[in-house]
This record gives sequence, structure tokens and C-alpha cells, in this order.
Amino acid sequence: MALRTGASVLRLSALRNAYRVLSTNTRPEVAQNKQKNAEFPGAKAPYVTEMNFLNDTSYDPIPIYRVLDNNGAVLDSREEPSIDNDQLVNMYKTMVQLTQMDKILYESQRQGRISFYMTNYGEEGIHVGSAAALDPRDLVFAQYREVGVFLYRGVTVTELINQCYGNHEDPGKGRQMPVHYGNKQRNLVTLSSPLATQMPQAVGAAYALKRQPDNDRCVICYFGDGAASEGDAYAAFNFAATLDCPVVLLCRNNGYAISTPTSEQYKGDGIAARGPALGIRTVRVDGTDALAVYNAVKQSREYAIANNKPVLIEAMSYRVGHHSTSDDSTAYRSVEEIQKWTKDESPLQKFKMYLESKGIWSEDAEKTCLKESRDTVVRTMQEAEKKKRPHWKEMLEDVYYEMPPRIQKQMQQMEEHLKKYPDKYPLDQYQTD
Amino acid sequence: MAGLVTKNSGLLVKLFKNVNDCTKRLSSHFIYYPDNEKPVEGETAKMNMMQAINNAMDITLKNDPTAVLFGEDVAFGGVFRCALGLQEKYGKDRVFNTPLCEQGIAGFGIGLATAGATAIAEIQFADYIFPAFDQIVNEAAKARYRSGGQFDCGALTIRTPCSAVGHGGLYHSQSPEAFFAHVPGLRVVVPRGPITAKGLLLSCIKSRDPCLFLEPKILYRSASEEVPVEDYTLPLGKAQVLREGDAATLIGWGTQIHVLLEVAQLAEEKLGVKCDVIDLQSILPWDEETVCNSVKKTGRCLISHEAPLTSGFGAELAATIQEECFLHLEAPISRVAGWDAPFPHVFEPFYLPDKWRCYEALTQMLKY
Repeated sequence: MALRTGASVLRLSALRNAYRVLSTNTRPEVAQNKQKNAEFPGAKAPYVTEMNFLNDTSYDPIPIYRVLDNNGAVLDSREEPSIDNDQLVNMYKTMVQLTQMDKILYESQRQGRISFYMTNYGEEGIHVGSAAALDPRDLVFAQYREVGVFLYRGVTVTELINQCYGNHEDPGKGRQMPVHYGNKQRNLVTLSSPLATQMPQAVGAAYALKRQPDNDRCVICYFGDGAASEGDAYAAFNFAATLDCPVVLLCRNNGYAISTPTSEQYKGDGIAARGPALGIRTVRVDGTDALAVYNAVKQSREYAIANNKPVLIEAMSYRVGHHSTSDDSTAYRSVEEIQKWTKDESPLQKFKMYLESKGIWSEDAEKTCLKESRDTVVRTMQEAEKKKRPHWKEMLEDVYYEMPPRIQKQMQQMEEHLKKYPDKYPLDQYQTD
Repeated sequence: MAGLVTKNSGLLVKLFKNVNDCTKRLSSHFIYYPDNEKPVEGETAKMNMMQAINNAMDITLKNDPTAVLFGEDVAFGGVFRCALGLQEKYGKDRVFNTPLCEQGIAGFGIGLATAGATAIAEIQFADYIFPAFDQIVNEAAKARYRSGGQFDCGALTIRTPCSAVGHGGLYHSQSPEAFFAHVPGLRVVVPRGPITAKGLLLSCIKSRDPCLFLEPKILYRSASEEVPVEDYTLPLGKAQVLREGDAATLIGWGTQIHVLLEVAQLAEEKLGVKCDVIDLQSILPWDEETVCNSVKKTGRCLISHEAPLTSGFGAELAATIQEECFLHLEAPISRVAGWDAPFPHVFEPFYLPDKWRCYEALTQMLKY
């Protein structure tokens, strides 16, 4: 953990030594053990004779690593990652596409065209920065606010919107709520609503990868600051460390869990401070700075695979949008606060200015990109809306690998029921035999 | 300390002897009926249930290089010795201890299975599976369904010792199968002895669905049979008729099967009637066909389980039998179960649905 600055540590130990020298006669036990560790199996630590409780102020806060300033200028040229121009442009285009998709789908929920939606405003930099630093074969376990990772991996807007509509082209067969994406081919494990459950799972998956011969893959697990309060989060940290798993645990600390501010979520130094306490290499980064996230994930990935060890990254950000379409966040935070993060700390804005300073982006390119992104979403939505929902029988498939007799019987019962009461159900919206 | 032990060793021996007597008295609520039929031809070896389970895991680890076995204290062989010798044989990366955290064990196992490995997780006692309830119910059971078949954790098997042991009290005696019987997507299996334990466990491990394998811990050492040495499986979702008759159908699973076999024996000796005895084996999905065919034949049905009566799995069986066999039933379906109380320590002999409670219910049912 980020101990007090080196100078103050030195001063403190000098004082202590002086004190010990002076008190040798009265306190022989201190001199005798000479800082050797005690023999308790549970910790490697020396004895002291001075009682000293530790608390959250015993350590300096873990600093926030950043590469870009608010104007998209690189702060320390040694830290600028070497990402080729095409990839940089692709990262930015993904952020724009994500924002446009969010805007339009959010509105479409408001119009009752889809049942639910969650936006990603303010966290786009975490998504593309991390996704760009990963290998496409790395396995992703996400929470729900990481759609940028899906887009960057090449999942199409069409596939995502099909999921939100639950039409017959949704690979999830319309069974889950919108935003619960998954894509086997692109190594994106299907999301589920229960928070933090994916965390110990990601650790187990990393263990399985580690055991594969010549493994060059890792697992990345995304979670929010609220989810980190779940028991599964502690389980994941501890299992990852004790079982030596090549997993990158990436926390999106956006300040809120629905309405609950972080001040009511924890009292320590965020999520990052928990990493070293459990023996996990840890870094805290500016989540509005895609390049900082990129650097952190890239190094973490390499370290995790080379050493079969976990890494914890806490990406600081601000949840600019409402928690979901079922939430009005102005009920618990001020409009001014939201405005500040929209204007001054926009991950898109910073990244755009960086691209412009490199001469690989322009206002014209911006206009074209916005229009294309918007058109893609609108066109896709119109198509998705026209597609029928899957056959009702899909309701009872995939519960087991093979359908047990009892479920077969229930399917037959429903079939007979629908024959008798076809007009009582919205059958015309679903595929038929 | 050593001196103290020597000094008091006489007293200690006496104490242990008494405790052992006590244990013996409390744990002998049933007579073990060994399986005589071999599921496959070939070489057999005398094994108790612990050894049969160890043997099944040994075969799995040998044949499947992705398979791993983990849980609390499994590295040194497990508190019930089921993993004995496996770490030495297959290495520390395949048989290993986890931190003491059930939700972590279940979640970790799901992750292993998601990434393509065969995962055998151990929960030290079924009583301690509840912290993992969320991972099992919301995650493992729903993984295939929610992803449209893209992902699944069918390669996960969770083994856990369950049921009465004579002196287990509240948290070393529970039979939680009914909690899990309400979870579509999960398989719940209970063996009755070494032969079924090996065959059913190997089926669970090979199954494409996540399985919960409940091992009646009292049988680990007390049950001993000639178990086939080779790899064999017994079908999941299938019940087994162990004894045939026409007077009534007795249904149970796990240890309770041995109680019911003795009740059937008593009924034959004392009442001159023969009963069907069915070992359900798979709690979920369960074998409706075998059960209903038997009840249609006998017209009477007694269901018995150690778990509490209310919403126990017997309720599901009774409701289905009532619906399917209504015109064949000659008497109300009888359920003999644990009382609706936590599993008590000193009152265990009065709590368990022992042979006398089952026998009495059977005589009342036959008189109806």
C-alpha cells in the first residue's frame, strides 16, 4: 500500500531506533529480537513494544495515474503508449458509436420501444482503453456497463440491438433483459444481473487458462465500486491471490451505486487499497483517460500471464448518466455536479483532442463519424423492431443439455393450451413452426 | 501437556469409549443393505463409500487432464478422507485447498467449467452450502439458458456430505435437497451406497449439466460393497426399484433407503405383505415414470426423507403421484419425514423418521 512518503518513513524509523538505543536496558526484549520476525504462522512480522493502531489515515491515498490532461495533451512523453493511428481512430470511433447507441436506445426506452436500458456515459474511456490493451482471445467477464468492450471486440450494433429487442436473431434467444449481452465467438461471457457473481467465476476461468499448455491468455473481470461490497468480490480477490490466477480485476469506480455514493459504500481508500491487503498487485488510474487505462491494462495483462498472478486496477470515473432507465439520478445528486463531469472530464473530449493534436482527427471526420454512428443505430433499430421474437418453445429449451421428460410434458401442455386459446396470447409477434 | 495426557489417559480412554458407544447407539438407526447386483461385469474390489468416491475421482483425474478437485481441506485428503492420496498422485495444481469461503468455491468452480475444465468442488458439509446458494441457483443453474446455449457450466459437479450422522446437531446433519429441487437447470443426486456413489458421481462429472452430489456421510465408512474397479456410470434422472411387491410403494433416497428396506422386510415378516421399495437417486430431474408405474400397481405410497416435512421433496412427489395416479390410490399418500424443527443434537433418535415411524405409517396406510 502507498505508505507515507519515503522521507517521513525514514524519519520515523530513525526516531524509533534512537528510542530503542536509549531504552535498551529497560526493554531488553526489543533489542533481543532485533527486528526478526515472530514465529506465528499467520503473519511475517516483527514484535514491537509500542502499541500502534492503524487506520485509513495511516497510509497516503493511492495516487491516480494519468497520461493525458484535460486538454488531451500528454503529461509525460515517456508514458505515451505506442498505439498505431488506425487503432487510435478505431478506439475513438468505438466511443462515438457507443455514445450514439446509448442516446438513441435510451430514448427508445423512454418511448416504450424497449423495456429497459443502461447507458455508459462517462465510462467510455475505460471500455476502449482496456479492450484495446487486451488480446481478442482473452476471456471477458463483465458486469453490465461495459458495452464499449463488446463493440471494440467487433460485436456489431445489430447484434447488441437484437439482444435489447429479444428478437429471434438475439443469440440469447430473448430470455434476458436488455443489455445482458454475451458472445461466445468473441470470448465475452454472457452477463447476468446478480452483482459480483462473475468475479469468483472469472478467477476460476483464469485458473483453467493457466493450466492449459503454453497459455498466453488472461481473464479480465469488470465490476463497479458498489459490486465490490458483495461477498463474492472478497472471495474473488482472495482466491485470485492464493490460487495464483492470471486475472485482471478492473473496478469501475464511478462514484455511485444507483443512489448510494461511495461515502456510504466504504470508508477506506476506495477499492484499490484492498488489493495489497490481499496480496494483489494494484494500480489506480484515471478512467476518463483511455490511454492511462490502456497502459495499466496492457502491463497488467503481461504481468498476469508471465507470473500467473492477479492484478487489481481501480479506474476512477463518474457515472454521468442515470443508473438505468428506471432511475432519475437528479433525485440524489445535483445537476451542476453532473454538468462538471460532462464538460471538463469527458473521456471522449480528451481523447478527441489528443487525436487532433496528432493530426489524425478533424471536425469533418467528427461530423461524418457522428452521422454514420447515428444512422447505423437508427437503421438497425428499425430492422430489429420488424424481426419476430423467437418461437415460444425457446422458453423451455436450454434449461438442461437435453430436455427432461417433465419439461417435455410441460411444453406439450402449453402447446395444447395455445391451440385452445390462441387469441389470448401475442402469438403473431413470435416465430411459428 | 504430554504428561497431562499420559496421566489422564485412563480417564480419556474411558471417555472416548463412552462417546463411541454413544455414537454407535445414536447412529444405528438403520441396518445397511448392501447392493448385490453389479452394474457392470468385471473385476471388483471391496470398498466403502468413501473409497468408492475416491476411486471415481481418481478415474476422472486420470482420464481427463482438465479435471481439478478443490475445496476446504481437500489437499490432505479431506475431512472425510474422500480425496485421500489424490494430491500426491495428480499434483498440487489439480487437487488443492481453497480459502474458507463457500460462495468463492462455487463461483470458482463455475468459472473453471465456463473456461472448459472439469471442476469437482467440495463443500465440507451440505449445511454450509447456503453461502453458495446464489452462485448455484442464479448462476450455475441458469448459465446455459440465459446465454442461449452459448455458455454453460455443465462440467461442474459440487460434492457435499449430507444427512444425519448420529450426533451432528444443527449444522452437520442437514438434508438440503428440497431447496435445490426448486431450481430448473440443476441436477441433484443422492447415492445410497458405494456402488451407486461411484456410478452416479461419474455420471454427474460427465454430465453436461451442473450437478449437486449429496453424499450421506454416515455411509462413508459404514457401507461396504464389492464395487467394480473400472469406469462405469449409472443413469441420472432414473430411479431404481430395489424390492418388489404389490401392497405399497415405499420411496426414499440416501440413508433412508436402508430404513425403508428394513421396513419392507418387517412388513413381510410381521404383516405378510410385500412392498415396492424405490430409490429415487435423482431428486432433480426425477423419474416420474418409475414412481407412477409402481404406485399404479400397488395403489398405496409412502414417502420418507430425513429433511423436514413441510415443503420437503416428498411434497412434490405426493402432489405428482396424486395427480397421475388418482384413480389407483387406495389410501392417502403418507409422508414420514423429519419434524419441522432444526435438526437437534440429543433428540436425534426422536427426530429421525426411523423404521418404527415408517412401519407405523405403513400399517395405518394398509388398514385405511
